[in-house]
Amino acid sequence: MSAVSAVSTEGRETTGTAAAPPGPPPMDDLLRGIWQENPVLVQMLGLCPTLAVTNSVANALAMGVATLFVLVASSFLVALLKRFIPNEVRIASYVLIIATFVTLADMTLEATVPTVHKALGAFIALIVVNCIILGRAEAFAAKHRPVRAVLDAVGMGVGFALVLLAMGVVRELLGSGTLLGFPVFGARFEPWVIMVLPPGGFLTLGIFLLLIAWSNERSARRAAAGRG
Amino acid sequence: MAGDLAWILISAMLVNNFTLTLFLGLCSFFGVTKDIQTALRLGMANIFVLVLTSVSAWVLNRFILDAAPFLRIISFIIVIASLVQVVEMAIKKISPALFRALGIYLPLITTNCAILALAIFQTNRGYGFWQGLSFAIGAGLGLTLALTLMASIRVRVDRSSVPSVARGLGVVLIIASSLSLAFMGFAGLGSSS
Repeated sequence: MSAVSAVSTEGRETTGTAAAPPGPPPMDDLLRGIWQENPVLVQMLGLCPTLAVTNSVANALAMGVATLFVLVASSFLVALLKRFIPNEVRIASYVLIIATFVTLADMTLEATVPTVHKALGAFIALIVVNCIILGRAEAFAAKHRPVRAVLDAVGMGVGFALVLLAMGVVRELLGSGTLLGFPVFGARFEPWVIMVLPPGGFLTLGIFLLLIAWSNERSARRAAAGRG
Repeated sequence: MAGDLAWILISAMLVNNFTLTLFLGLCSFFGVTKDIQTALRLGMANIFVLVLTSVSAWVLNRFILDAAPFLRIISFIIVIASLVQVVEMAIKKISPALFRALGIYLPLITTNCAILALAIFQTNRGYGFWQGLSFAIGAGLGLTLALTLMASIRVRVDRSSVPSVARGLGVVLIIASSLSLAFMGFAGLGSSS
């Protein structure tokens, strides 16, 4: 946490001294991705890994961290190199940068946590085509300073990882009756196997979206009532 | 041999349907399934790109990547993207009618995770040339099936009264969940053989 705040104050100073065009304060870059513009729940990006690897908390956590790493590293590099990348081949260059970091993440996971790497399978390699990363590179990192790009990437990555974690907790708890492999409900719990199977993924995310829509609608109604 | 190929095709199409059991290609599954015609065309374009991918992944694996396996992800994505680009230009020149039907979807499909996944699965399972080809066709047919099914359901949903909370993706995800549940039924196919 201290590292994060240190980075954010540093970002404020640089934007202050350079007298950049007035934008939102750096903390906004960080916080926006976590809830307001959450990549999964609001922007509907990166749905494949969200549904595919969240059948256990451990898998969801590994995927979240790996994606966060690739997102932050590639956003930083894109923001750093934006002056040298010709406009015509920018997408290809971004993909190349992303693929490099994905290969790094893939090999690191294989060396450190082989069981998780095996469980995630091809989905680690598929971080390359996760639209969140290319989307942030194109929409944000290519237009801003490295510090702001990193803040934005951290926010988006954490937002993504949190959704993965929430899905993983719900699905593992109901589908296997465990959390991170430890039994929670005792021996008499009958697991809802469907929750760890593919339909459970669609169902859990669907219910999340319904709940969010419901709460948005309710607060809008309350605001309207309060005004009227 | 032929039985093996047929099994790979059926398995990729139904039992391990790319969209509904492996969650690949969800962007187009949710984004481009508003009407049946579009879904069908997107499916065709998918089959086409998948076959191209399978062949190029085989060539890369067979002749080049043995020497440098760590370049696998990078080379797959670059080769597939540029190949699709070249083919798109070729189709535009040779058959404008086909280009109009498939054209706009081709670049979109390149970044579809189903494509890269096919190349990686094919590598991990050590498929040969014909096995890869039948895997690609099966996966493509499966994607087309899922897209068309989803589009036909969504056309109906648009005409019915959905609670305001579920408008948008909420109801679509619940539908996808039940479709996926239906495809789970095919899982029995695998155990008998």
